[in-house]
Amino acid sequence: MIRGDRIFGSVVIVIALGYILSARGIETSFMSDPVGPRVFPYMIAAVMIVCSLVMVLRPDPEADWPAGPMLVQLAIAFGVLVAYAYAITPLGFIVPTAFASGVLCWQIGGKPVRAAITGMGLGIGLWVLFRLILGLGLRGLPAGWGF
Amino acid sequence: MDILSNLAMGFEIAASPYTLLLAVIGCFVGTIIGALPGLGPSNGVALLIPISFSMGLDAISALVLLTSVYYGAMYGGRISSILLNIPGDEPAMMTTLDGYPMAKQGRAAEALVVSGVASFVGAFAATIGLMIFAPYLARVAFKFGPAEYFALYMLAFCTLGGIGSNNQAKSALAAAIGLAIAMIGLDKTTGMPRFTFGELHLMDGVDFLVAIVGLFAVAEVFFFIETHGKDSAIGVKLGKILVPWKMLRQTSGAMARGTGIGFVSGVLPGAGASLGSFLAYMAEKSASRDKASFGTGNPAGVAAPEAGNNAAAGGALVPMLTLGVPGSGTTAVLLALLLTLNITPGPLLFTERPEVVWSLIAALLIANIVLLLMNVPMIKIFVHILSVPAWILLPGVTMVAFVGIYSLTGSSFDMLMMVGFGVLGYVMRKLSIPTVPVILGILLGNAMEDNLRRAMVLSNGDWTFLFSSPIAIGLWIAAILGFVAPIFLRGLLKKPALPDNDPTTIED
Repeated sequence: MIRGDRIFGSVVIVIALGYILSARGIETSFMSDPVGPRVFPYMIAAVMIVCSLVMVLRPDPEADWPAGPMLVQLAIAFGVLVAYAYAITPLGFIVPTAFASGVLCWQIGGKPVRAAITGMGLGIGLWVLFRLILGLGLRGLPAGWGF
Repeated sequence: MDILSNLAMGFEIAASPYTLLLAVIGCFVGTIIGALPGLGPSNGVALLIPISFSMGLDAISALVLLTSVYYGAMYGGRISSILLNIPGDEPAMMTTLDGYPMAKQGRAAEALVVSGVASFVGAFAATIGLMIFAPYLARVAFKFGPAEYFALYMLAFCTLGGIGSNNQAKSALAAAIGLAIAMIGLDKTTGMPRFTFGELHLMDGVDFLVAIVGLFAVAEVFFFIETHGKDSAIGVKLGKILVPWKMLRQTSGAMARGTGIGFVSGVLPGAGASLGSFLAYMAEKSASRDKASFGTGNPAGVAAPEAGNNAAAGGALVPMLTLGVPGSGTTAVLLALLLTLNITPGPLLFTERPEVVWSLIAALLIANIVLLLMNVPMIKIFVHILSVPAWILLPGVTMVAFVGIYSLTGSSFDMLMMVGFGVLGYVMRKLSIPTVPVILGILLGNAMEDNLRRAMVLSNGDWTFLFSSPIAIGLWIAAILGFVAPIFLRGLLKKPALPDNDPTTIED
């Protein structure tokens, strides 16, 4: 049976091996110390490999992984957050925030109309809080639109 | 008295109207953060660091604000434990055992007052303990060289990993992942880039705030969407708040014992508040003449863990301030705060910047009194806030997380990295791999490597130097014990949480 622990452990082993490989390429300068910049990363990678081997060989009972529709929901949330990270600089704060919080609200509470209103409320409310009250340097609207 | 004059200096700085206002705001926000299920103290402080930083608060103001939030969250955790049977944060878990039964019996108000006073007793006594022990420990810490510090970091990882998880391999892996992430960026000694893969954004390394907010707050979003924030309606009635003096007198012993136990477990690096409240509850139960009433609404079972949890929160500040080694997830976040403010905790902090330490301590004392007032007479306000629906709250919190990181760094790359940490945190929580060691690894990784390398420079590459002083050997032994002992103690400690049929309890 495939278990989450085994997959995670195997992935970490691959990463740790890549880590060692990458650490081998670190250049040292002439003024280095007895240990140098590579040894500590090697030690970390070794610990990672040992622990992952334990996880692969003696996995814990399987967790309940989300399936089907829930996985889609999580993917939507992930997508929205990534899109938000890209959108906030060109589009300003209010529009992406209203959109992202609206989608998250819909995912948690359902009811699209209520979610849309909540999203708008959060977008504008948080902007007022952060920009006007706390004075953070946020641009409210896309460049050239004022604020 | 040295302590008193120092304290007077602290109050002089901390008692200005502006800092008092910050303390009140911090306490209020902190109590809300603690009360809301799923938003623990680590989360709350992590979310607020970038914001307070971009607001341009000076070091002392930021410290006052965020430690008030920290203490407030420790107080607030009990509210949802008692009213909803959902711990507001992890250390408040033990409070549900007797707090919720009390609330169901219509004694919710009493439970809230007793636990509020217990929180105050624990936190206040622990702050005084901090005042007395921290300067002493700071003097001891002067004897620490690089080898001792390296061993101390090992101790922190080992005890945190040993106690914080059910699987040692998983917590060690988490610590290693954190350390591995800390290595990214320019090597301080040689100035050579490591693991940056030519990405300019990675030259300065991974910002620990990005990692903390991602692992705690963004991961929570994914988790919440999956569980759909199962019903959080308040099912118990809260009557008029009266102070049950008799009950307070009866539970004063439990508070005192809980405070002592909590403080000690808070001081131990890596142990933290959850262990403090757990041990306080178990000790109170085994010391009580009336064991059967525990779990069915015994006020002492509310007072002891709350005193323990808050005393541990104060105790955890001792190693954090004097050695720079946090004792729990939240103190790890507070360490992140200090580093963001360019304050390096350690013995030198006490001699070079005493104003920071003592104004912090004064602020903690003030915060405790504010919190007592907020959490006993004004408790109803927080009960109302608990009824804010999750579908407003969670999107709001997510956006606050993004605003914080964005206003701090202004780059999409950091926000993407934060989402990535969110996914990592979600997967790790699913696999029950603790995330706190990752944070600790990222925070301490560079200092740990630095101390190792300095030790090797001192000894000219002789690795036995790491075990050459009595302090270092003691720390190594404690580290190994802290990592290995929980494997054997686990069966022993977990057992009494079930209804016990232990033959030894029949004797009395």
